[in-house]
Amino acid sequence: MTSPSILHYTQETGDFSRMLDSIPYARTIGLQCDQFGDDLIFRLPRKKENLGNPILPALHGGVIGGFMEVSAAIYLMMSQESLRMPRIVDFSLDYLRAGLDRESYAECHLTRQGNRVANVMVTAWQKSRQQPIATARAHFIMED
Amino acid sequence: MNDAIRFGRVGRFVGTLTHATELGIEVTDATENALTLRLPYSEKIIGNPESRVIHGGAITTLMDTACGSVVICALPEFELCPTLDLRVDYMRAAEPDEPVYAHAEVYRVTRNIIFTRCEAYQGSRSRTVANCVGTFMRIGPEATPKSYRDLITGESE
Repeated sequence: MTSPSILHYTQETGDFSRMLDSIPYARTIGLQCDQFGDDLIFRLPRKKENLGNPILPALHGGVIGGFMEVSAAIYLMMSQESLRMPRIVDFSLDYLRAGLDRESYAECHLTRQGNRVANVMVTAWQKSRQQPIATARAHFIMED
Repeated sequence: MNDAIRFGRVGRFVGTLTHATELGIEVTDATENALTLRLPYSEKIIGNPESRVIHGGAITTLMDTACGSVVICALPEFELCPTLDLRVDYMRAAEPDEPVYAHAEVYRVTRNIIFTRCEAYQGSRSRTVANCVGTFMRIGPEATPKSYRDLITGESE
């Protein structure tokens, strides 16, 4: 996924462009990431190709899931002191509101970091952080 | 309702989902309470350019689409059913340059909820890539505009 040099560059500069560019799937959905101090906010700009149901219109539920999944993996990589690649084990997603045809945001929280397994919580929202469109929980195995 | 009608409805439904079409997801089979979708391998769903393995997000999209459309195979009338939740277990990385199939089934329908499960695999059914369960809410056919329902049911039927 991401080479040690790209990870190092991203950790040093807070510029995510190289890292996001190195993940074709992240490019496909148009994922962006911004760093505010130690916090990361992931962003999914409005994009026609990400829609599912055309009558609302609404984001494809799978895109919301994919967005949260890549966000969790990047967040976890950035939170490691050494280079460890996360490999996803399982993913549990609750859809709370329809994701409309507008920009979406996600933030992650490391619930537990064990020796080999990490548990990450993800919250996604659009209009207001207080009205999440989805919450998710993922387990990752960390590989050296 | 026979399998040809189910196949037609599911095919038209998946065809209206922009992102599913974008990834090239197609219906290969539809029967009572079950269906199979196919996700072709492509550069745009790669997670890791070195191993060229498909990103989990694309597998999630395949399984979400499979669980969401298998609902059509279990209901006499077309209803749009919003997803309540989805739980995916990743068994192994998908082999590059090969399509991934998703076989989904409805295993319980109640007045308010539809329970589905899905298996993503490559080659034979024994090479499981991921397993998933998905729960959907029934909001009734009336909640969907008639023009869209007619589009899915295909007025020519």
